[in-house]
Amino acid sequence: MVEITNLYKKFGKNDVLNGINLSIKEGGIFAVLGPNGSGKTTIIKTILGMVIPDEGTIKVFESNIKNNSDYRHKIDYLPQIANFPSNLKVNELIKMIKDLRGHTEVDKDLIETFKLEPFLNKKLGTLSGGTKQKVNIVLTFMFNSPIIILDEPTTGLDPISLIRLKELIQAEKAKGKTIIITSHIMSFVEEVADEIVFILEGKMYFKGSISELKTKTKQQDFEHAIANILTENHV
Amino acid sequence: MKIRLCILLFLITTYFAAAKTITVCEAGCDFNRIQTAVDSSKSGDHIFIKKGLYKESNIIIYKKSLHITGEEGTIIDTQQNGYGFSVEATDIVIKNLIIKNIEISYTKEYAAILLFKSYDFVIENITVENAFFGFLIQKSKDGLVHNNTISGEGKAEADSGNAIHLWHCENVNITNNDVRRMRDGIYLEFGSNSYISNNYSTGNMRYGLHFMFSNENTYENNTFEANGAGVAVMFSKKIKMFNNVFKKNWGTASYGILLKEINDAELKHNIFEDNTIGINADGTNRITYTANTFKNNGYAIKVHGACYDNIYSKNNFLYNSFDLSYSGNLNSNKFENNYWSNYTGYDLDKNGIGDIPYRPVKLFSYLVNRTPESIVLLRSLFIDIIDFSEKVSPVFTPENLIDNQPLMTLVTW
Amino acid sequence: MFKILKYSFFDLMRSSWSYVYFAFYLLLGIVLLFLNNDLSKAVITLMNVIIVLVPLIGTIFGVMYYYNSKEFTELLLAQPLKRSSIFLGQYLGVAISLSMSLILGLGLPFIAYGLFKSNAIWDFSLLLIVGMFLTFIFSALAFNIALSNENRIKGFGYAILMWLFLAIIYDGLFLMSLILFEDYPLDKVSLIGTMLNPIDLSRTLILLKLDISALLGYTGAVFKQFFGTNFGLIISLFALLIWVALPVIRIVLKSKRKDF
Repeated sequence: MVEITNLYKKFGKNDVLNGINLSIKEGGIFAVLGPNGSGKTTIIKTILGMVIPDEGTIKVFESNIKNNSDYRHKIDYLPQIANFPSNLKVNELIKMIKDLRGHTEVDKDLIETFKLEPFLNKKLGTLSGGTKQKVNIVLTFMFNSPIIILDEPTTGLDPISLIRLKELIQAEKAKGKTIIITSHIMSFVEEVADEIVFILEGKMYFKGSISELKTKTKQQDFEHAIANILTENHV
Repeated sequence: MKIRLCILLFLITTYFAAAKTITVCEAGCDFNRIQTAVDSSKSGDHIFIKKGLYKESNIIIYKKSLHITGEEGTIIDTQQNGYGFSVEATDIVIKNLIIKNIEISYTKEYAAILLFKSYDFVIENITVENAFFGFLIQKSKDGLVHNNTISGEGKAEADSGNAIHLWHCENVNITNNDVRRMRDGIYLEFGSNSYISNNYSTGNMRYGLHFMFSNENTYENNTFEANGAGVAVMFSKKIKMFNNVFKKNWGTASYGILLKEINDAELKHNIFEDNTIGINADGTNRITYTANTFKNNGYAIKVHGACYDNIYSKNNFLYNSFDLSYSGNLNSNKFENNYWSNYTGYDLDKNGIGDIPYRPVKLFSYLVNRTPESIVLLRSLFIDIIDFSEKVSPVFTPENLIDNQPLMTLVTW
Repeated sequence: MFKILKYSFFDLMRSSWSYVYFAFYLLLGIVLLFLNNDLSKAVITLMNVIIVLVPLIGTIFGVMYYYNSKEFTELLLAQPLKRSSIFLGQYLGVAISLSMSLILGLGLPFIAYGLFKSNAIWDFSLLLIVGMFLTFIFSALAFNIALSNENRIKGFGYAILMWLFLAIIYDGLFLMSLILFEDYPLDKVSLIGTMLNPIDLSRTLILLKLDISALLGYTGAVFKQFFGTNFGLIISLFALLIWVALPVIRIVLKSKRKDF
C-alpha cells in the first residue's frame, strides 16, 4: 500500500530523516510515534508529496509518487495545524474542496455529527481552534479514499468530539481503509492503533503491534514501553 | 520739332496698335512654337498658349514685356535640357503652365523659370514637376510669386535644387505656393523687404524656408512640415515671423527654426509641434519670442552661446521632453510670464501667476548633452530625483535662469 | 490550475486590498482628468505613476498574498493537484486581479471623460498594456522571492529592495556607467541596459510614444533603427514577454523542489 525505501531528508544542516524504510499494509490503523522533532510529520508530508525527499523512494499503490499528484485522490489528509484561508466561510471552503476533489454527500452527515451547522456561514478566521479542527475533520473524512492520514487529530477537541472522532476512525477502519496516525497522546494511540512505528532522530527504532512492543521491552504499560525505548537509546 | 513730335506720335500709336494677342498651338494658330511666338512678339504683347504638350526648353525672353498665359492643360516638357524660360525683362507675366523635367546639373542651376534683372514680374499658377530648380530669380524686384506648385524627385541635397530661389532681390511677394521634396523650399539670399505668406513647404531635404544675408523680411501663416529643418534664418536682420506652423521636423539636425547670427527678429504666434528641436538659437541678439506655442517637441528651445538680450514671454511650453537646453551664461536673456506645463507650483493669491519661480533647464538636459546615450533614461524616477535636487540647489544650471512669473493658464491669442 | 485561479481571484476580489487599489486608481484618474482637464498631461503623469507604483504594488501584493495564503496553499498541497497549477493559479489570480483593478480604476474615469473620442486612446492603451506587463512581471518576481524565503520579514525586505533597485538604483548605476564610459560607443550598451530592467523597458515603450521627437535627435544607427522604426516596439514587447516568462518558469521549478 505505502512503501517507503531508504528515505533521507535534511532541512538545512538538520538531518530529519535518516534512512527510513517502512512498509504499510492495506487495512488497519497505523500509528507513527516519536518525540517532538523526531520526523513524524516529515514522513507524513513526504508521503503526501509536500516535502520532497533528498533520497529514497515512496510508492503508494505500487506507483512512485515522484512528480505525481493524482495518487492524492486516494489519500485524505488531516493536517496538524488547521490553518485555513481566514476570509473564506466554512461552507465555501467545503464547497471549494469538493470542487477540487469531486462530489460527495458525506459532508452533511459529518457536519451533523460534529454539530457544525451554526458555524457554516462564519468566516474561518473567526472560529476557535477546536471548531477549526472539527472543520478539518469534516474536510478529511468527507471523501471515501482508501488511505487516511491524520496528523495529531485530537488537538483541541472536546471529549464528545474526541469520542465521535474515535468512532469515525473505527468506522473507516471497518470499511477496510488504511489509516495512518501521528499522535502524542499515548492512550489514544494505544486505543486505536493496530500497528505502530517508533521514530527517533529520523531513524526507525521499532515497528510492530503494541503487544509486540510490550513484549520486546518487557513492560506492561504502553507508555513505559515507549519510555523504555527512549532510555535504551540514551535520549 | 513738329516732325519729331509726329514721329513720336506715330511710334506711340503703332506701339499700341501692335499690342495684340498671339496664339500658340500645335496647328492652326499664329505659331506652333513658344519661342517663335516670343521672337515675333513685341513688348506689350500677350501670348496665349493653347492646350497641348510643348517639347521646348531654353525659351528666351530678352527685354520684351510679355504676358504669357497658358490654357488649362498646357504642358512644357523641357526634356532634361537646360531652362524652361530664361527671362530678362520688365513687366513680365507668366501664368497657368505646367513645366516639367528640368535638367539636373552639378554646375548650372537649371530652373523652370529663370528671371534675371526683371522688374514688376508675376509668376502665377505654374506647376513645376520633376524640378531641379523651380524659379530662380536673380537681381530682380517688385514681383509676385503666387499659387505655384513645385515638386522635385531629388534623393540627396547634392542633386536637388531649390523650389523658389531669390538672389539679390527686393520687394517680392511669395504667397500660396506649395513646395515639396526639393533642397530648400524657398530660399532668399541677399533678399530684402520681401513678404512670404500662406505657403506650404514639406519634405524638403534642407530647409522649408531659408534666409541668408536677407534683411527686413516677413513671413507669416506658412506651414513647414517634415523638412530637414523648418526654417533657417542666418546672418539676417529684422525678420518678422508670425503665425507659422512648424511640425514634425524630425532628425539629428532637425529644427523647427534654426537661428544663426541674426538680430532684431520677432517671433509671434507661431506653433512648434513634434519637432526634435523647436528653435535652435545660436548667436542671436535682441529677439523677442512672444506668444508662441511649443508642444511635444524633443527640445522646445535650444540656446547655444553668444545670445544676448533675447526675451521669451507669454509662450506656451507644453509636454516637451525638454523645455530648454542652455549653454553659456544667461547674458541678459529673459524668460518671463510663460506657461509651462511642467510647472508644479501654486498660485495662492489667485493673480494668475505662480507664486514660486520655474526653472526651465533640467540637470538631465546637461547630462544628455554630455552623454547623448543617456537619453534612454528620460522620465526615469532616478532622473526626476536628481532633477529635483538640482532644482532645490542648482549646481550645474545657471542659477538665475528662471521664469519668475510663470503663468497658471495657457496663453491664448 | 483554472480552479485555483478562480478561487485565488475571487478571494482577492473580496479582500479589501483590491478595493483600496482600485479606489486609488479611480481617484488618481478622476483627479488627473477632472481637476486638471488636460488629457495629454494626465497621460504623462499617469505614465510616471504607472512606471513606479505598479511594480511596487505588484511586489508588495505578491509577497503579501503568498505569505497570507500559506495555509490555503498547504491545504491545496494535500489535494490531488499539481504543484505548478497551485502556484501558477495563485500567481495568475494575483496578477489578474491587480490588472483588473488597474484597468477598471483608470479606465472608468477615462471613459467617463470621453477617451474614445480622443487621440490619446492609443497612448492610454499602451499605458494600460505596460501596466499589465509590469503587474505580471513584478508579482511573479515577488512570488519568487517569497518562495525562496520562509521568513516573511526577510521576504518583504528583499521584495522592497528589489523594487528599490529596479526603480531607482539601477538607473543611477546605469547613468553613472554611461558617463564613465562616454568615450566609447554606447548606443548598443544603453539599449541592452534598458532591456535588463523591466521598469526601464516599459519606460522605453512609453517614450517611443510620448518622446519620439527627442529620441530621434540622436545619432547612431542602432538608436535610429530602434527608435525610428517599429523595431523598437517589437523588441521591447518581446523582451517584456521574456521578463514575464522567466520568473514564471522559476516559480514552477522552485515550487517543485520546495518543502512545505
